[in-house]
Amino acid sequence: MAIQSDKLALAHDPMTPRVMRVLKRCHDGPQTVTLDIEPGDSAPFQPGQFNMLSVFGVGEVPISLSGAPTDHDRLRHTIRAVGPVSTALTRLSKGECLGLRGPFGNGWPMQQAEGHDVVLVAGGLGLAPLRPAIYQLLSERERYGRITLLHGTRSPADILFHREIMAWRRHRNIDIEVTVDHAPPDWRGHVGVVTRLISSVPFETGNTLAFVCGPEVMMRFAIAALKDAGLGDETIYLSMERNMKCAVGFCGHCQFGPVFVCRDGPVFRHDRLGGLLNLKEI
Amino acid sequence: MRGLERIIRDHPFFAGLDDAFCQLVYGCAKNVRFAEGDYLFREGEAANRLYLLRQGRVALETKTPGRGTLIFRTLNTGDLVGLSWLVPPYRWAYDARALESVRAIAMDAACLRQKCEEDHDLGYDVMKRVVPILIERLHGTQIQLLDVYGDPV
Repeated sequence: MAIQSDKLALAHDPMTPRVMRVLKRCHDGPQTVTLDIEPGDSAPFQPGQFNMLSVFGVGEVPISLSGAPTDHDRLRHTIRAVGPVSTALTRLSKGECLGLRGPFGNGWPMQQAEGHDVVLVAGGLGLAPLRPAIYQLLSERERYGRITLLHGTRSPADILFHREIMAWRRHRNIDIEVTVDHAPPDWRGHVGVVTRLISSVPFETGNTLAFVCGPEVMMRFAIAALKDAGLGDETIYLSMERNMKCAVGFCGHCQFGPVFVCRDGPVFRHDRLGGLLNLKEI
Repeated sequence: MRGLERIIRDHPFFAGLDDAFCQLVYGCAKNVRFAEGDYLFREGEAANRLYLLRQGRVALETKTPGRGTLIFRTLNTGDLVGLSWLVPPYRWAYDARALESVRAIAMDAACLRQKCEEDHDLGYDVMKRVVPILIERLHGTQIQLLDVYGDPV
């Protein structure tokens, strides 16, 4: 009985990884892989939350959930191979084991967005943490106003979830614009920075929320463009990335001024961060 | 009001332009069309015109060894195509190709420069319209050069 209760305690210990298996591995662009992982007894997640994924003997990294919150059969994560752990994760095959803790952090303000227009600005892999929000917006379409997705990435070959974007464009009530930094001559879409697309969106000032996720430089410019378009700080939300280790606010590795990104974020309303984004020291 | 004058007034680049300035600018302008695939100008040619897009999309592109032609920016309805007409040596630094049927106002650059030189108020007004575009493109280029999407989010 004592052993049983110890096991139960461990199962709910946020610091103890649960061993899960990869159900499916799917290539999603250069050096980018989407893993479907068995959910086990994982708690439901909110769009914008993340899990800590570990490869035993290599290490652990935070990875945003990129699947539908209503899909209880798998936990989907989209990972780009950039360091030893993420590279090891992208090399996992169906049936192999990994460690999983989570879900952690807060999510996108889906409830606050009800009744409002929503503009999602995604840079590069930043589309992955926004995809669960898009699924929810589309599955409860009548609850929201105009939905616009602006996605910027490096080149046409780097467009994340390309087929899905095409399908959303064809079948769903969502405006989508994609821009790339450079393109071959046969490309017919936009070329230029994603912030440039913001000025073409017909905002209804006072009735629009913006969700922004991408490299920090891109987010700073996107925030400036959104504010130029009339959005207030209190209507702009961004997902921050820092060196998250414990994921529960113990270790302090992800401290960002007065907040811990893992515990208080990763999604922040812009006015909560104030001018911190422009400080080089943090 | 003549057709072209109205078109000039309606273009975002000249929004709110003073009547007298509009008369001056009008003398340098004409309507042009390009079919898909036509080049508005090519790298190395004299930058003797600027184009204000009324309809259509234009790709700015350059050739890179080993990678062929690369589009580094697209411009849309309402945009100004070309900035090299503004400063010596007045030479295009890239190609501009119509991605679809394009209608534009073509301005004779030498004519516009001459009028700006003769009337510094007009020159200042034109500069105030061009410089924000220049800055916006500079900032965009800055982000593109950083290759921010090459790194993890």
